[in-house]
Amino acid sequence: MLYIIRRLVLFIVTVALVSIITFGVFQILPGDPVKTMLGTEADEVQIESLRKELGLDRPLHEQYMDWVQGLFTGDLGNSIRFSMPVSDLLMDRLPVTLSVASLALVIVLFVALPLGIFVAKRQNKISDVLLSSATQLGMAIPSFWLGMILIIYIGMNFDFFKINGYVPWSESIAGALSTLVLPALTIAIPQIAVKFRYVRTSILEQMQLDYVRTIRSKGLPEKIVMYKHILKNSMIPILTIFGLITAEVVAGTIIVEQVFALPGVGQLLITSISYRDFPLVQGIVMYITVTVVFINFVVDILYSVIDPRIRLR
Amino acid sequence: MDVRVPTMPYDVAFLSASAWGSHDVSHVCDATRRGVFADASLRARSAFLIGGDWMHASQVEKNEETTLQKEVLLEVEDLRIYFELGRQKVAKAVDGVSFTIHKGETVALVGESGSGKSITSLSIMRLVPMPPGKLVSGSVKLNDREILTLPEKKMREVRGNEIGMIFQEPMTSLDPVFTIGNQIMESLLHHQGLKRKEAKNKAIDLLKLVGIANAEKVVDEYPHQLSGGMRQRVMIAIAMSNNPKLLIADEPTTALDVTVQAQILKLMLKMKEEFNSSILLITHDMGVVAETADRVLVMYGGQIVEEAAVKELFLNPKHPYTKALLKTMPSLDQNVDRLPSIPGSVPPAHSFPQGCRFAERCEFAFDQCKQQLPELINVTDAHKARCHLYSGFGGGSIV
Repeated sequence: MLYIIRRLVLFIVTVALVSIITFGVFQILPGDPVKTMLGTEADEVQIESLRKELGLDRPLHEQYMDWVQGLFTGDLGNSIRFSMPVSDLLMDRLPVTLSVASLALVIVLFVALPLGIFVAKRQNKISDVLLSSATQLGMAIPSFWLGMILIIYIGMNFDFFKINGYVPWSESIAGALSTLVLPALTIAIPQIAVKFRYVRTSILEQMQLDYVRTIRSKGLPEKIVMYKHILKNSMIPILTIFGLITAEVVAGTIIVEQVFALPGVGQLLITSISYRDFPLVQGIVMYITVTVVFINFVVDILYSVIDPRIRLR
Repeated sequence: MDVRVPTMPYDVAFLSASAWGSHDVSHVCDATRRGVFADASLRARSAFLIGGDWMHASQVEKNEETTLQKEVLLEVEDLRIYFELGRQKVAKAVDGVSFTIHKGETVALVGESGSGKSITSLSIMRLVPMPPGKLVSGSVKLNDREILTLPEKKMREVRGNEIGMIFQEPMTSLDPVFTIGNQIMESLLHHQGLKRKEAKNKAIDLLKLVGIANAEKVVDEYPHQLSGGMRQRVMIAIAMSNNPKLLIADEPTTALDVTVQAQILKLMLKMKEEFNSSILLITHDMGVVAETADRVLVMYGGQIVEEAAVKELFLNPKHPYTKALLKTMPSLDQNVDRLPSIPGSVPPAHSFPQGCRFAERCEFAFDQCKQQLPELINVTDAHKARCHLYSGFGGGSIV
């Protein structure tokens, strides 16, 4: 219990720090959103009045407090470019990004885990060479290229897949999948190529340990040895890796949404940065980081579920 | 000469033998150096060690006869397990080991690290990873049934069911992420097909049997919440959970505190009586041997070099290696700066000499020793030694 409370406090502190940094960075960044909005022709009076209207003339700490309050109430101000509430924009786009990201995570989990176990069970020189080449390849492939290859060879050949746009889940599950599977695969494939090796390594490490010999000496079948004992023990390092993947997957969506023309947060982020739409950028960055920090918090909690020793710390 | 030293109460010898210093693992059988002996002579010291019960030859032989009449439980014959290290390099970890264990008997397998005693014990359970290990020859019969050729599925019914095993490191031998109860229960569930509730009750009973107080609480605890001694008790509970006929204990007390060592050994013997089983005890600690064993197998370089009943071995060792081992025991009344040790070291298992494997370190070695590997020969009826010193004689004579 103490462990969970400590993690929770850590989580809150991290989020608070993230909010300060996010807010601070946009104060330092060069470029004035007001000037961007009004264009180069605008005179001082116009600029000043807009500044007042947006609340940009007030002291920084007041602006920050306002913004933090907004984070909790869902009022993140108005987007400068779209002239509509940031929260509305996010609510529109967030489901798309979350869908792609979670689908990608599920694919990584369900492929990398069994694949890692499989190769750990039959380790030999030939498969080791093949596997490390696969890993090298997976790390080297740029995701935009992989995305295009998938569009050309799968998207164009199978009617099921749509290579453009997004169908909400509420409209049709098959429709949503038809637009999401390829982008999710684009993110997942390089991740799988790298991550299954972690799975393999941690399982191989566990296989060497004394307790495995004890379980075998009890005459239990290999299935129990592997899937009950070794797997649960190796989940601790594997979970860490999957916590890290989340951040990479979320970052991956930004590029993939461009390739597949998905109306997600990533796309919104790119356009809003080029327009210096600071309220929007801040909102997006904040939500993405909170998601990632939250997932790591969940991972920490899961640690303690798996490993009783961690509950003591 | 029939000199009888007064019989000492078992417990006194037990305590004194187990209260010997720490346990660093060195090349010489270190435990043998820790004796608390009043007398300087090897014979008397050994007598003290095995409980002060001085026996002469006729008594020893009588003991042997009763042992021989007992039914054979385990029969290991010409067991050879090699490890391929490289193209031309083969480590002969176990090289032609034969021995038997009778019902109700405690047999100690003694040797330095690297002598092949652990591999021998693991290969009875067929737990030696193959590859890199390779079974070159051999037969292991449990109750007259060959188990080396059993299909893996049948072998699993032997493991944990007919043979239980405990290991050296209680700290790492239990799975850290499952409760004690779970780890005892899974053996019961698998072999006896009990219901979970029954299995849990049985687990609690077993914990009580191995002397764990508040077993009802411990059953739901995790290994890290227990001390080393308690974990070894849990290991014994697991090993004994299906009433095995044979308990293999691979250095069960090496990693434990000296006071706890004695308790664990006592417990093992108690469990042996309780379940009417036999024990194969692997150890490098001569003190442990003296306290627990009925018969002793001394291993050197992957082979058995001497085999005798425990008293016979301590009082009347034949093989120069065994003699050297016993001589390395220090005594309290002698002030020595350096503890005696056997010069040289065990030859590596991939380059054994052509002749006797102990010849390099042996003070009695002669020409034949360097050229020809001696056979394990009967020196007396139940006393075997692998040494050329005895090949010419009918047996019995001491050099």
